Amino acid sequence: MALVSHIAEEQVSTPVSSSKSITLKIFRYNPEHDDSSKFMEFTVPYEKWTTVLEAILEVKKHFDHSVAVRYSCRQATCGSCGMMINGKPRLACFTKISELDSNVVTVEPMNNFPIIRDLAVKFERLFDTHQKIKPYLIRDDTELETDEREFLQTPEEVEQYIQFANCIKCGLCNSACPTMATDSSFVGPQALAQAYRYVADSRDKGKDSRLKIIDESHGIWRCHFAGSCSQVCPKGVDPAMGIQLLRGYLLGFRS
Amino acid sequence: MRESTIMKIHYGTALAAVALVAVHILMRLTTGFVESLEYENVLANYKFVPYAAMLELILILLAVHGFNGLRVILLELKQGRMYEKAVSYGCLVAMFGLIAYGSNTIIRTNMGMT
Ligand code: SF4
Ligand code: FES
Repeated sequence: MALVSHIAEEQVSTPVSSSKSITLKIFRYNPEHDDSSKFMEFTVPYEKWTTVLEAILEVKKHFDHSVAVRYSCRQATCGSCGMMINGKPRLACFTKISELDSNVVTVEPMNNFPIIRDLAVKFERLFDTHQKIKPYLIRDDTELETDEREFLQTPEEVEQYIQFANCIKCGLCNSACPTMATDSSFVGPQALAQAYRYVADSRDKGKDSRLKIIDESHGIWRCHFAGSCSQVCPKGVDPAMGIQLLRGYLLGFRS
Repeated sequence: MRESTIMKIHYGTALAAVALVAVHILMRLTTGFVESLEYENVLANYKFVPYAAMLELILILLAVHGFNGLRVILLELKQGRMYEKAVSYGCLVAMFGLIAYGSNTIIRTNMGMT
């Protein structure tokens, strides 16, 4: 009981004590009812630590509960809250209002994703392409057959792929990618980075089948190395580099 | 054909074309640039078999590279099974058409049929 009241207290105390405020412009659109989109403006108080997600939740709580937004962990782990914040794809829970350096914060749904409603977008294509590259270790001998055995790796072997294992499937990279904007069949930087993550893993034996999957007319070759995917990734993954390293395998520079 | 094979050809033709076009431009400088483009000089180039062979090679390299580039642009612009088939075969036909047309000019000029 004490714990519950403590949490409740914490939720109300944050924004109310603030002296500063910003104008939060929220994109509103329901494809099922609306002919066109519009922006709604709200004045929201904030503190140094207030995130964009908290500001949106403040709007939902006090002004308009119908604003659609997807979130879960609130700590840049689940990858749910990606959106365009002042024109750039970012995680709402990982972006502090104070760091945006602007009195107006505009939030829109991510580019290159179909809109469900307002700020929530469909992730089907992201998950389909992710699944397509077989995001798991492929090998004939499994842990089930050889119990008590681990697939040991040296630190150098882990180093080959570990940054790519940090991907949280937030889709920000796909949203920033210029090829994704025009090519509806492009596999995308997220899936390509994950293809590299497994191809570079010394425990994996599925390199050939994965390279075959991405070596098609809407696969890896449609990347023009704009590099915008790597610029927006909140987890420090460098999909553009992964794509170039993967190309090395296909061009015969790596084995 | 695998896309990686096509792209290897794409990059290879680009590199080879840059090298041969450089030779072609340098040849313009063996005499004065304007002079080298005079009718008689151009005709003499075509009649010199090694040079005509190089022009033919440049034609093939640029046609292959250019039409594959066009195919890639068109595939990124719009998608769909029929459209993609039409683009791929259309570019292939246009490529062979251009090579045939250019080769006809080179061969006929080389053989003095102009
Ligand atoms: S690579 Fe980065 S930006 Fe792309 S989905 Fe993974 S975490 Fe998000
Ligand atoms: S809410 Fe989970 S990443 Fe933002």
